Amino acid sequence: MLTYTLRRLLLSIPTLLFIAFVIFMLLELAPGDPMASMPLTIPPEVKEKMREALGLGRPWYVRFPLWLNQFFIVEPQYWFDQTFGTNFANGAQRIISFQSRSPVFDTIAERMPQTLWVVGMSYVVGVLIALPIGIISAYKQYSVFDQAGTFVSMIGFSVPPFFSGVLLIVVFSVQLKWLPSIYDTTHVVTGWDSFVFQLRQMVMPVMVLALQTTAQVSRYMRASMLDNLGQDYVRTARAKGMSESVVVMKHVLRNSMLPVITVIALGIPAIFGGAIITEQIFKVNGLGQLLITALQGSDIPMVMTITFLLAVLIVMMNLIADVLYGILDPRIRYD
Amino acid sequence: MPDGALPVLDVRDLKTVFKTRGGEVHAVNDVSFELRPGELLGVVGESGSGKSVTMMSLLGLLPSPPANVRGGQVTFDGRDLLKVNPDELRSVRGAKIGFIFQDPMTSLNPVFTVGNQIMEPLRKHMGLNKREAAVRAQELLELVGIPDAARRLLDYPHQFSGGMRQRVMIAIALACDPQVLIADEPTTALDVTIQAQILELMKELRSKLGMAVIWITHDLGVIAGIADRVMVMYAGQVVEHAPVEELFQNPQHPYTRALLKTIPTISGERAARLTIIEGQPPIMMAPPNACAFRDRCDVAFERCAQENPPRYDVGHGHDAACFFDARTGVPRDV
Repeated sequence: MLTYTLRRLLLSIPTLLFIAFVIFMLLELAPGDPMASMPLTIPPEVKEKMREALGLGRPWYVRFPLWLNQFFIVEPQYWFDQTFGTNFANGAQRIISFQSRSPVFDTIAERMPQTLWVVGMSYVVGVLIALPIGIISAYKQYSVFDQAGTFVSMIGFSVPPFFSGVLLIVVFSVQLKWLPSIYDTTHVVTGWDSFVFQLRQMVMPVMVLALQTTAQVSRYMRASMLDNLGQDYVRTARAKGMSESVVVMKHVLRNSMLPVITVIALGIPAIFGGAIITEQIFKVNGLGQLLITALQGSDIPMVMTITFLLAVLIVMMNLIADVLYGILDPRIRYD
Repeated sequence: MPDGALPVLDVRDLKTVFKTRGGEVHAVNDVSFELRPGELLGVVGESGSGKSVTMMSLLGLLPSPPANVRGGQVTFDGRDLLKVNPDELRSVRGAKIGFIFQDPMTSLNPVFTVGNQIMEPLRKHMGLNKREAAVRAQELLELVGIPDAARRLLDYPHQFSGGMRQRVMIAIALACDPQVLIADEPTTALDVTIQAQILELMKELRSKLGMAVIWITHDLGVIAGIADRVMVMYAGQVVEHAPVEELFQNPQHPYTRALLKTIPTISGERAARLTIIEGQPPIMMAPPNACAFRDRCDVAFERCAQENPPRYDVGHGHDAACFFDARTGVPRDV
């Protein structure tokens, strides 16, 4: 297993390099000018100078290795220096945002907590709701509960977050005035009251994202449970006199979780993508919103870095899903 | 066979139906039989004749819906298993009545070790702690002839061959010293040499442990070698029932006679064509009101289409559900 993991980690290096190259070239070929938002009064020659100052005058085969060097060597050095007070980076050039002129990673670090709170929490909530729904729906197939679960999943699948989010705002913020419609990022939890406020402002974005997660994961869980409930080993377990809870929660569940674990792990990067829209609606200034503003302003280093980080997440989650599968299913041998 | 001994298991007029979209399928129709201590009762019949469904009905192992055990009485240990509450039924399953299933490749849970699966009933029914259960599990694996038992307990089912897995299934069924063992075609999914090994093992275990066994099969050769009494089933009914020698020497029901003719022989210079019984067993969409075998029967007459024959006693512990008396060659009057 360890050799397998190490081999996969090594293999992911060329994969990621290739992904980085593709993202870089796509951004290179995309129309858009970082100077477009500059005032029109700036003469073209000056704009050209500014463009060159951003490094845009050099060809891609020079800029791409430079970005790689910054991403893989310079930035980790800065991180190490900050953590341990050393000085490996020695003043090397960091990845700088075209828009804010501050290091891209500093901005990402600022935005990360909001996204993790909202997106991470919604994923955890979504999965925690989905698993029991899937289990009960399968065990009581075609019952009222199952039908209701199917209906909610259908809604979760078919209603996009930009609709469900706005709908929630209209109902709970505008009409009922129960919940704030805007996520206050500056809010700091200091005591019970501020914690309650934090919960209240998180409810709607978390629910919108969790609805999608729940819809997907509960369907997978249900299907997987149904596959296993009909298996011969379930009959064996019953013939041994095991109680229904042991039969379902031990024998069937352990087998049913195998494919679902993969779905859950692979869904983590996708939810970050989905958060882009939800963050816009609830004015959460997290990573998604950062990416959108960076795209609008042709902030190539920012877009490049965030997109690539998402790619890293996807590749890593794939690896984690495979390794987990190998750990949970004794039939899978990787070596 | 200890005649007159009190039966360990007494089944009366068992009825099971399956609810399907096209209506109710009557899979088991008034099946009655008894199992005496220490005997081996063979149950034979074509696929779909209701052999397995009968046995699963006894212990409530059929999924409900669609299955519904509609009537009858299953007396075991002084109580009716069809009436006891689910907890009580679970204390019988796996403890006093063990089950072996047809396909050992799928009957074990792939993600738990074999040891874990053998220890489960031991811990539940016999109240053993982990260490005691492990010791007993190892003994059981040794009993069913799995070499290197201590180490094998930690292996997963996929690390065993088909025959070895069936041995594990037998070990699980025997774990709590059951009074009755129900073996549902335990050798059908295995190749012939492994079949012979499992049969030998079962014979040996039976003489060692002395439990009563119900052996479901469609292989008459297996029955001849292992059973004390035989019950022939057709369309969810018992059509003939007799001690094993009596049945093979003196078959009464035309279905049994036809079944016996289908056994291929290897004597003679050229193998004869395989004999078959023409037609298919019927799907019972209603309770039988006529002989279910009449369409495939070579001695059927008018009465067979009007009434369902009861089981006529023909002596020597032998009965057959047929209006035609094979001994005299004419229809019965009664």
